[in-house]
Amino acid sequence: MSTVFIAFQTNEETRPIIEAIELDNPSATVHQEPAMVKIDAPDELVIRRETIEEQIGREYDLQELQVNLITMSGHLTEDEDTFTLSWK
Amino acid sequence: MQIDLRTVSIEPVRKTFDHLARRFGDKPASRYQEGSYDIQAAENLHYRPTWDPDQELYDPNLSRIRMKDWYDLKDPRQFYYSTYTLARSRQQENMEANFAFVEARGLQDMLPVDLKETALNLLVPLRHAAWGANQNNALVCGYGFGVVFTQPCMYHAMDNLGISQYLSRIGLLLGGTEALEQGKDTWMNDSAWQSLRRYVEDTMVIRDPFEVFVAQNVVLDGLLYPIVYERLVDTYLASQGGQAVAMLTQFMTNWFTESKKWTTGVLKVAAAESPENAQVLAEWINLWSDRAVSALLPIVNTVVDERVDEMVSEELDAFRARIAKTGVPL
Amino acid sequence: MDTPVNKKKLSLKEKYSYLTRDLAWEPSYQSKEDLFPYATYEGIKVHDWEKWEDPFRLTMDAYWKYQAEKERKFYAIIDAFAQNNGHLKITDARYLSALKIFLQAISPGEYAAHKGFARAGREFPGVGPQVACQMQAIDEIRHAQTQIHAMSNYNKFYSGFHAFADQRDRIWYTSVARSFFDDAMSAGPFEFMIAIGFSFEYVLTNLLFVPFMSGAAYNGDMSTVTFGFSAQSDEARHMTLGLECIKFMLEQDPANVPIVQKWIDKWFWRGFRVLGLVSTMMDYMLPKRVMSWREAWNIYGEENGGALFNDLARYGIRPPKGWADAGEAVDHMSHQFMLALYQWNFGTAFHTWIPSDEDMEWLSKKYPDTFDKYYRPRWEHIKKMDEAGTPFNNFGLAKLCQTCQLPTVFTEPGDPSTLCHRETEYKGETYQFCSDHCCDIFNEEPEKYIQAWLPMPALFQDPLNGDLEAWMKWVSLENGSDNGDYQGSHDQTSFQKWRAMTTSN
Repeated sequence: MSTVFIAFQTNEETRPIIEAIELDNPSATVHQEPAMVKIDAPDELVIRRETIEEQIGREYDLQELQVNLITMSGHLTEDEDTFTLSWK
Repeated sequence: MQIDLRTVSIEPVRKTFDHLARRFGDKPASRYQEGSYDIQAAENLHYRPTWDPDQELYDPNLSRIRMKDWYDLKDPRQFYYSTYTLARSRQQENMEANFAFVEARGLQDMLPVDLKETALNLLVPLRHAAWGANQNNALVCGYGFGVVFTQPCMYHAMDNLGISQYLSRIGLLLGGTEALEQGKDTWMNDSAWQSLRRYVEDTMVIRDPFEVFVAQNVVLDGLLYPIVYERLVDTYLASQGGQAVAMLTQFMTNWFTESKKWTTGVLKVAAAESPENAQVLAEWINLWSDRAVSALLPIVNTVVDERVDEMVSEELDAFRARIAKTGVPL
Repeated sequence: MDTPVNKKKLSLKEKYSYLTRDLAWEPSYQSKEDLFPYATYEGIKVHDWEKWEDPFRLTMDAYWKYQAEKERKFYAIIDAFAQNNGHLKITDARYLSALKIFLQAISPGEYAAHKGFARAGREFPGVGPQVACQMQAIDEIRHAQTQIHAMSNYNKFYSGFHAFADQRDRIWYTSVARSFFDDAMSAGPFEFMIAIGFSFEYVLTNLLFVPFMSGAAYNGDMSTVTFGFSAQSDEARHMTLGLECIKFMLEQDPANVPIVQKWIDKWFWRGFRVLGLVSTMMDYMLPKRVMSWREAWNIYGEENGGALFNDLARYGIRPPKGWADAGEAVDHMSHQFMLALYQWNFGTAFHTWIPSDEDMEWLSKKYPDTFDKYYRPRWEHIKKMDEAGTPFNNFGLAKLCQTCQLPTVFTEPGDPSTLCHRETEYKGETYQFCSDHCCDIFNEEPEKYIQAWLPMPALFQDPLNGDLEAWMKWVSLENGSDNGDYQGSHDQTSFQKWRAMTTSN
């Protein structure tokens, strides 16, 4: 098992994104650090556009993630609907 | 306890960084100055490039143009990353609105068939020329000397990429992926386009960064943009019912108007530096503008039948008049 | 009206491919070799550039849009920071030493990376990597500029920031970082990608930007946090590029594997040495600490790097040769660096200090196996000398490592009580090194490393000839203000005075 992670700046825009990630990744662990939130997950972490849209009540483009992204680890696969980090 | 720091008035002990005080006097510097002047290593470089040991890592002698101080070649727009990006994001929003306007009303499908063909045949192959411009500007940025000269070249390279992407989107909107395939075939094989392609490939092997700047940004763009976008798209196609096409190339028209302030500004300072510089610039501009004109003529001919020579020579005259004002003796 | 063109909706991937890959063409008026003259001399074999997988499919319109959003936020915060005397909200002005090192040594590296990526963005014969490199090129100049802009306000009130451009090229410790970037830029495009894109961005920058920036937030420096995290949001793209690039090279041809391995060995160690400075920034220079260098290394080095090298094992790649030595050195390096910086602090454009009792307690807790045994006694000795009015200064000059340019202050692997020192002879000259790994790097490319400009010997050559005052002038160091102990410095007295003004009339 290897850990993948993603970290965002702590702010109002990322709050619903983090909630969406927690919903979609039950095995993820969320760490609150000064000014940032880091989320670890075993082997894989998936971010789904639909889940974020449900949280924020508007359309969302996954590329918007980049505005508040701090760092990540793992191979990235990205399409219109999902943003996935994995070690495989 | 909450402290209201705003109420404290503290006298700064220093106004600016030393290197800026030496250049501009001891006063607060602009963000353009802070982000541009002397931020490139200037001495005690460690190793010579393994890709060309005759060069220095930052080498002012790669060009026939000589400057006592390359930081004289400032960008009149004073673009640093932030001002550049904010300017382009506003233009990008406009373009998004224009594309949305055309698409929402299906204007692309209301264009007369002939005119749509003409627009596709003219604009889609140009996305490759814009890619060539991107390559050339990346080279000038990479190997040119002095941040104020090279940083706008990086912005320009990204603009060239953006333009090639807008042209691709026009192709996709008007003719789908087949239009892109057709456009590439035209670029590769159509005899009317071969002089232009040769021009682009020939400039891509030049390794004098300033000559690349001249051949691409001053000469080719200086003739191609007014002819293609102002004359053919905004005037000719628009008069034939192609206003929608003109909406989709608005970025290019505005971009050229803005960026020629920069290119002529640079030319003017480089020419004023020495008669030798002015002479070299004249030599390059004469050589490349002859080639650019003969590359553009057959392309214009595919769009309009009449007064082609006249139109192109008017634009050449306007171009030469603009260059003459910079002090380059053509 | 004619029938609308039948357009199927393109996927993100297909659309991106049309908007980038498809722009290039097979040249016929010039040869590919003439268009891309530096693509093959390193020996990397590429059979099919189409196999390149694009990381982050950003087109320019999206790039402008999202980057402009980041820029608006960034400048709003640093403007507010300047207007509200934000510098008085930091925990203590000694923290600024970390920022001074950053501006003098790291920001110039951002510019060098900008230049290097512009070149790579032209020299690769495939559009995919070209576009990704170009985006990184423009991002990197952003980072240099946002850092200078964020620190410009500190420069108006504190010492040590004012001459960063002069010190980048002349002062001894910045040569460590600059030689690293000069080394990468003087390499070919593929090695450059392994150096900066992979080793530095993927393996190491998390250590610089994540825990350190989090530490800046903890110490009240919103201006630095903002440039740090804002830059790091671009790094996420850069890291993905670095990882894609290495996978691409490894998948293209098995003959690439040993070349790439050699570069990983080299650049991991080069990067580890450069980032050594960050260990000191984290363990000693932050008045309030989020985590120790050791803890950060466990997360971003051991765990993350471990996962990465596990993953690359399927190509026949093993962890870098210096990996185990690095893991051991992590418990020593911040202390060794801070002791070195302290004893040579007459020659640094930032302040150092003797850690307080409370600091030492923290260090001893975080480094239970090393601090009390090896480093506390030295600090206690230095403290006694200071109390006796004879502060410890070492006006003798350390030997600098010919490869990494650091003074040879590190200890032997497995024996923290013996200084590590290596030398080798090349064409009748003797060269000094700080470690086996730096010595090996030299031996791989001696013709390159004999060119290194060594700042210490420069002090003894014409025109300085050992004149310390002339040297200070030459490196634009204001003696008595920029350098020396933090205790009693202008920074300390001004900060205390200004802070007092905020709480009384």
